[in-house]
Formats: sequence, C-alpha cells, structure tokens
Amino acid sequence: MTLDRGLVGRSYPPSAVYEVGRAKIAEFAAAIGADDPVHRDAGAARAAGHPDVVAPPTFAIVVSLEAAFVVLGDPEVGLDYSRVVHGEQKFAHHRPIRAGDRLVATTTIDAARTVAGNDLLTARVELATEDGEPVCTATSMLVARGGEEGS
Amino acid sequence: MTGSVAVGTELPEQVFRVTRADLVRYAGASGDFNPIHWNDRVATAVGLPGVIAHGMFTMALAARAVTAWTGNPAAVVEYQVRFGRPVVVPDDDEGAELTVRGKVGALLDDGRARVDLTVTSDGEKVLSLARAVVRLL
Repeated sequence: MTLDRGLVGRSYPPSAVYEVGRAKIAEFAAAIGADDPVHRDAGAARAAGHPDVVAPPTFAIVVSLEAAFVVLGDPEVGLDYSRVVHGEQKFAHHRPIRAGDRLVATTTIDAARTVAGNDLLTARVELATEDGEPVCTATSMLVARGGEEGS
Repeated sequence: MTGSVAVGTELPEQVFRVTRADLVRYAGASGDFNPIHWNDRVATAVGLPGVIAHGMFTMALAARAVTAWTGNPAAVVEYQVRFGRPVVVPDDDEGAELTVRGKVGALLDDGRARVDLTVTSDGEKVLSLARAVVRLL
C-alpha cells in the first residue's frame, strides 16, 4: 500500500497529562546506567541549578512514543502495526524534563511517504506542560516494512 | 570536559555491555515491552536472528558517552539517531558489546557544539546519522 501524502499536517488531540515522578526518572536512569546524581538526588539537582531532579536526554521517549503511536490507531493511516519498526528518533529539548512536570503530548504527522515498498511516517510529538510551556519536541520516524510481495 | 574544544576534538571512547537482564530492566523502565526484546521465540518468528536490544536503549547508551564528556546531562539540547542495524543480544552472561566513539563535528553559535557519534557492535555500525548538539558553557 502507499501512504497518502494528504496525511501530512494532520494533528491529533492532546494526550492526558503525564506527571513526571522522581522515582520514574531514577528508575529510567538506573536502567541506562546514568549515574549522575542529578537524576536521583533533588539536592544535587538544585545545586546544579535545576528546580528538581532532571531526566536523562532520552527519557522523553517514555511519554512521546505512545503519543507517536496514536497515528497507528488512525484508520486513515492504515499502517500494519505488526510490521512497524522504529526508523529514526530525534529530540529537541527546550529545557530538561524534570520531576513534577505535568506534560501533555500533541502529535502531528510531519511526513508520509512510501519508499521501495516501505511506508515511512514521521510523527512529531510536542511535549509541553499543561500550562503551555514547551519542553521537548520528540520526532519519531516509523517504518512499516513492505510485505513479501514487495521483495 | 577539559581544555578547549575544536572541530575534530574526540570524546573518550565508551564500551558498554548489554545483557538480556539489561533489556528486561530497560523494558520495565521505558514501558516498551515488545517481546522481540526479551523472547527468542517471538524474535525469530519475525525474522530476526534472535532477541535484539531496544533501539532506544542503544540510543540512551550512546548519549552516555556525550554526557560523560560534558559532565552535565542537561547540556544535551538536541539528539538524533537513525536505527541502522539491530544489536543482537545473546542469552549468555557476556551479552553484546557496544562501542561509542564521538568527535566534535562543528562549533555552533551560542557556545554550542555538534558531536557526531559512531556506534558499533561486533564491528558493525548500528546507528547512523547519530549526532548531539550540546551546550559547552
């Protein structure tokens, strides 16, 4: 199948609020072996100039990937979920994510094309506080690999 | 990070070991429970050689080479990768090895620099177009 270029620019309603917890940041940092105390010690984070513990650079994916996947649930996109792999990821941090942030994710389709039988869809997720302060732009390129007939 | 930074400045090389236990822990921490990252049966059924690391886990480890160099995780203002080749993680105590090298590719305005990363496993590049923009000040 071929992705409809008319999908570009389509936006989805904002997500429910995701409240960033200190324990979640510490758990994520431990899982990736990031041992800087600013990820688990609020005192150390404040000494470094942050209001609370800050997340490692890729933590945003905890919130953004699910938000990017809303496009897969769109019947007009029609991507076969079982064939989807993560092709590219980009983060632009407007400021570090920190404990206590109440984040809302808004997803927009930035690009949609079909190359060599593979459907490539770029979903841009804007993470902002519920008050509207921009925090991170997380862009995921999802690839739905073509079926056997495309080989 | 010490001394002056110039185009071509190399970051200290970092080598990471990735075991199945690491993948299970990352799955829980990230919420990505796709079974291709912990179940050989499912991984081989979809045509993979075996269980593979989450691309986002590889991306996170590569970022550690950058944050170790800047000394400040909050200094990473932009970060992007293309997932080129999967990192196969065998079911043994050694797991897979990931090597991260980095080099300053450009000095940008406002005291920022672009770091270009080369991430390999088993001699093969696993990420491409992997680059971070960091604040040096």
